[in-house]
Amino acid sequence: MNKDEYQKLVKKHEPREDKLHNTIYAFLIGGTVGFIVEGIIVLLMNIYNINRVTASTWTCLIVIFVSSLFTALGFFDNWMTKAKAGLLLPTTGFAHSVSSSALDYKKEGLITGLGANFFKLAGSVILYGILSAFILAIVKVIISG
Amino acid sequence: MASKKFNNVYIKDNVSIVGPLESEGLLKNYDLLMDDYYYGEKTFEQAEIKMQRQVVNNLLQHNKLTDSKIDLLIGGDLINQISISSYNASLFRIPYLGTYSACATYIEELIIGATFITAKLAKNVVAVTSSHNLNAERQFRYPVEYGAIKKHTTTFTTTGAVATLLTNEPSHIKIESATIGKALDMGVKDANNMGAVMAPAAAEVLNTHLIEMKRNINYYDLILTGDLGKVGKDIFLDMLNKVYNINLKKYMDAGCEIYTTNQETYAGASGPVALPLVLFERVLSCKKYKKILVIATGSLQSVQLANQKLGIPGIAHAISLEVM
Repeated sequence: MNKDEYQKLVKKHEPREDKLHNTIYAFLIGGTVGFIVEGIIVLLMNIYNINRVTASTWTCLIVIFVSSLFTALGFFDNWMTKAKAGLLLPTTGFAHSVSSSALDYKKEGLITGLGANFFKLAGSVILYGILSAFILAIVKVIISG
Repeated sequence: MASKKFNNVYIKDNVSIVGPLESEGLLKNYDLLMDDYYYGEKTFEQAEIKMQRQVVNNLLQHNKLTDSKIDLLIGGDLINQISISSYNASLFRIPYLGTYSACATYIEELIIGATFITAKLAKNVVAVTSSHNLNAERQFRYPVEYGAIKKHTTTFTTTGAVATLLTNEPSHIKIESATIGKALDMGVKDANNMGAVMAPAAAEVLNTHLIEMKRNINYYDLILTGDLGKVGKDIFLDMLNKVYNINLKKYMDAGCEIYTTNQETYAGASGPVALPLVLFERVLSCKKYKKILVIATGSLQSVQLANQKLGIPGIAHAISLEVM
């Protein structure tokens, strides 16, 4: 049996991931997170009488703090395993990836462990986030001057 | 010849320890249980060293042996440079050999130990192996706190340790022969589908064993594979049928025998300790099988080479046991 024939045999036995189900599931969970966050923004705008941009910044900080806290308390990873991309994609996932790396490596020293591995998962997000923001900014300047 | 016959090699005793999830699984006769993944230590790695130390200590005590009575300690695990086994070995004054074949490590240890005893170079050999789910996650996948999402083909690393005493004094379990497998790369690049990586190696070593030992598949009361899991098991059976024309009926995969279907372990159990746990706590303890062929399977990947998109080599070693 050559490698190509073997690939076909493996394909035959691999269980299929239910993409439609996963998509709807992630949409509903992600949507719920978005709904709650929108609620916090509106609440902050009304209580402190601030504009939407300022309220959004504060809300972002709250979300980062809460998800990092939940990771530290030890149950956010279980939530994420169940909620999947719904919790992985928003700011919650980013905060969780940083704090989970920090927690995991803290016993290997502040420099060689925690420091060196802090952005282990989030590093790519930051790098390509900044890079794509930079490129889009150039595109915007070229188009609208 | 990949197959070797052994003389006067017996399994005298075995001690096992398992983690909290395993003790709630299908098997109940383990010797020692851990309440949590730290096992009273500061880190998971140190917990795994303690697990190995505990099973070796208990094995020596059970058999009233001291370090000086053991001619050879053979150890292996999944963590960087087999450091768990080597750190454990430093706690004993026994000549030590470290081995690595990923999840086929345990059977590699038995083959080496049996060779020494057959050659009359050793009388008592201790083989120890372990795996720890959270160490393996850190080693091969994501930080454990991350709770990364898994594919259905992924297997779940078993937490446990096993120490086995091999001797030249007759006991009721004899190691009769073994077949050393060849590393085989069938172009599977997916480190989350280790069953597919290992199945061709397992099928090849089974076929080689039967041909070289001039045996029919019905010679054995049971064929026990290591940790192919639900996906790998199907591929293995299909491949045996299509390529080697072997129709396997009396068959069990250790990966499918540790966890219940309600425990979220995807395609089943894996890790070097999965096979010996099922072998001792299920297959040998039920005394139903007289002639058993044990095929351990290992996926020989590293994170770096998997990221470089090379095909992952699989390995499988077979050992034939006779229960008296």
